[in-house]
Amino acid sequence: MTWIPVTDSEREEMLGTIGVNSVEDLFAAVPEALRMRGWDMPPGLSEMALRAHMDALAARNKTDLSCFLGGGYYDHFIPAAVDALSGRSEFFTAYTPYQPECAQGTLQSIYEYQSAVCRLAGMECANASLYDGGTAMFEAATMACRATCRTRVVVDGSVNPVWRRMLLTHCAKLELDIVDGADPEGAACVIVQNPSFLGTVRDFADLGERCRAAGALFVVVFNPVSLGMLKTPGAMGADIAVAEGQSLGLPLGFGGPYLGILAARKKLIRKMPGRIVGETLDAQGRRGFVLTLQAREQHIRREKANSNICSNQALCALRALMYLCLMGPEGLRQTAQACHSKAEYLKSRIAAFAPVLNDGPTFHEFAVRLPRPAETVCAELLGRGFLAGLPLAAVGAGEAGDLLVAVTEKRTRAELDAYADALKEVCCGTDL
Amino acid sequence: MELIYEKSRSGRRAVALEPLDVPEAELNSELCRPAAAPLPEVSELDVVRHFTLLSQRNYGVDSQFYPLGSCTMKYNPKVSELVAAHPGFATLHPHLSSAKVYEPVCQGALELVFETERMLAEIGGMQAGCLQPMAGAHGELAGVLLIAAYHRDKGNTHKRTILIPDSAHGTNPASAAMAGFEVREIPSTPAGVMDFDKLVEALDDTVAGVMMTCPNTHGLFEPQVHEVAERAHAVDALLYYDGANLNAIVGKCRPGDLGFDVMHFNLHKTFATPHGMGGPGSGAIAVGERLLPYLPGPRVVKSADGYTLETIPKSMGRMAAFFGNFLIAVRAYAFLRYYGGDGLPSVADNAVLNANYMFARLRGAYQAAFEGTCMHECLLSAVRQADKGIHALDIAKALLDRGFHAPTIYFPLTVKECLMIEPTETESKETMDLFCDAMLEIAQLVDVDPDSLHAAPVTLPVSRLDEVRAAKDLNCACLA
Repeated sequence: MTWIPVTDSEREEMLGTIGVNSVEDLFAAVPEALRMRGWDMPPGLSEMALRAHMDALAARNKTDLSCFLGGGYYDHFIPAAVDALSGRSEFFTAYTPYQPECAQGTLQSIYEYQSAVCRLAGMECANASLYDGGTAMFEAATMACRATCRTRVVVDGSVNPVWRRMLLTHCAKLELDIVDGADPEGAACVIVQNPSFLGTVRDFADLGERCRAAGALFVVVFNPVSLGMLKTPGAMGADIAVAEGQSLGLPLGFGGPYLGILAARKKLIRKMPGRIVGETLDAQGRRGFVLTLQAREQHIRREKANSNICSNQALCALRALMYLCLMGPEGLRQTAQACHSKAEYLKSRIAAFAPVLNDGPTFHEFAVRLPRPAETVCAELLGRGFLAGLPLAAVGAGEAGDLLVAVTEKRTRAELDAYADALKEVCCGTDL
Repeated sequence: MELIYEKSRSGRRAVALEPLDVPEAELNSELCRPAAAPLPEVSELDVVRHFTLLSQRNYGVDSQFYPLGSCTMKYNPKVSELVAAHPGFATLHPHLSSAKVYEPVCQGALELVFETERMLAEIGGMQAGCLQPMAGAHGELAGVLLIAAYHRDKGNTHKRTILIPDSAHGTNPASAAMAGFEVREIPSTPAGVMDFDKLVEALDDTVAGVMMTCPNTHGLFEPQVHEVAERAHAVDALLYYDGANLNAIVGKCRPGDLGFDVMHFNLHKTFATPHGMGGPGSGAIAVGERLLPYLPGPRVVKSADGYTLETIPKSMGRMAAFFGNFLIAVRAYAFLRYYGGDGLPSVADNAVLNANYMFARLRGAYQAAFEGTCMHECLLSAVRQADKGIHALDIAKALLDRGFHAPTIYFPLTVKECLMIEPTETESKETMDLFCDAMLEIAQLVDVDPDSLHAAPVTLPVSRLDEVRAAKDLNCACLA
């Protein structure tokens, strides 16, 4: 095989050093009766044949569509430097920084990422990453239960319905009381999402106050790019802030790898799941970084650990950090402003023929009720080169005619106009 | 080295963005942040130089031998990176799998999910695979939650315990506890395998499942694994296979044939996807007949019209919003198709050969943790060196100075002064010889110049770091 460098003569020499006659002798501990008899696996390919095969598979995915699909995952611009830098093999072929002296690149980047998350969300500490937004929300819920010694988790209607399902799945055997609503009385936490799954923006500061009064933690799910403009979770009184970090320089990639962001108030840091990097000094007094507070983690505490997480999404966190550095305060503000302005432009055009369902201002995404089933409309718009949005009934978040439409800074005015015209035609006929 | 925040200069920009082509829309100021986020203000070159210099402060598989036991740091083929970056995969929106209407525009991706899950099931000797879990530990959690779903469905309300050997990865007990099970630990014998009699003793009616790693973290195949499965099934307890060490047996034997009901794969270990400084990996799972009805959903199925999504009536639910770390699965799929069924057994053959070769060269100078041959990793104990004041930690740091990543140290907890070496199948004999020479040289220095080992590392950007200080004077973020 191409990647097996040991030659036949070297193999003989190595077997001699070991003192066995054949490689098979090394498998003597595997009972003969349990050995594999054969399997239904395709034969190996050359690199050339493999690439042709992969190209053919990729060609069966249509990616030249004008994208108005969001639902928590967005088609944002990614600066070229993000790919160029995160593609350095010193980053992506390293592993968890167990030996800090030869992993200062990893450790400092995680420290800078933790700092960027805090600065963005107005929080005091952040971990090194979790898997994705949905699992970050689950971790936030159980973290709140640990911190408050309570078992009721209250989930507001603003929260992504798929993440809510993930929460129920992950908590299936835990003795937790997961309820809908926003009542903090007796709760470990109340979880809200801003902007909501449907794109509605609110100021949840009052609920933050009520949570504090009731001794419940306030968990805010945020959209990182929106914080180029919107009030931060910290400013709303969030005790824990979580997010899907995909919008920060990660490709859509059909679902991952993404980035679970989790930040908190500093008093909660010992209840946090996952790796945390801290600053320290070396023997010569030079600044350096290490994994810290590891007594929370599975490799030390085993069944008493805060979480089972080991591998995380460090490379995705690195990309998010690079994205935020390249954007800077003004670039992120401008991106958020462009998303918002373009979405408002499109919303006003669509509102002329289909009612908008949001009960307040929106950020870069909104829901409309179409006179025809959304799936049918989307099918027709596919034919015209548009990914028209997310039919809300498909994720259990609306009626057949309800469509969630997202707009990012990548959509041009010409695309918005063409989309609005096509949607109107498909919904109302050509007689305009 | 300066932090990126310390390089910030007010007014400096990196990226030119498109001017706004629609009227600027307002938003009520009470909903907005009063000032822009305090992110660094830097040029693109500032960013490029900063992260390039940071990368040079790392050891990685592409530049160093990285025999980190239990982590399977094999070479990650470049073709896998190339195909994962293909816009046909990388730009695909995940919600294309949420609505039927979009299935026709993501057939290639659905086929890749279907085929990867099918091949994983085949490699595992299982009935079906599922790509949702996003890391090994997440796969473990999915697995024990599947076991919970099975017992719930059967009305086995008394099943509340999971048995786990003391040599297991910390994630096993953490996952079982996180799912809501009680954990009972089974000790190892002096020979390094699970104590079968103790297991049988513990296998009462409350046991929901047994989690095993095979070969175990001592690098040894569990000789009674089949009997464990029989005993467990006799009390309707299910058997979980931790696939962390699958590299030792891939293509040689299959967990399903050994009697396991559910397993996870670390695609980033066995199937050579990069470890990314700690992730992303993938903890895809596969299940046998008993757990098939409860798999996470929805599932990709093949029909006359192509690939489509199907809900599973008794599904345990969702571990991920979509198909887990899909672009990691793309890399693993490419690896599987590259090696193919004919090539995969050479992975285990050479991984085991290499580990035994290093074991043979080193077991004189260092004490072997266990007798006999090993599987894909060998465990040494630095107890003799520790008697002279040089610990596993010192040996690890001395290896860093010699241009090698260190083995895993102090794990498993069952072995004193443990050095756990996993070369993988992709390393050459010369590389392993250089590493062994360094280990032997260090063993000699223990007697002649121990102080040089206490001082290591001296060749890296920082020397030993004060971990106590990091925890005491906690500074985990540079705030604005």
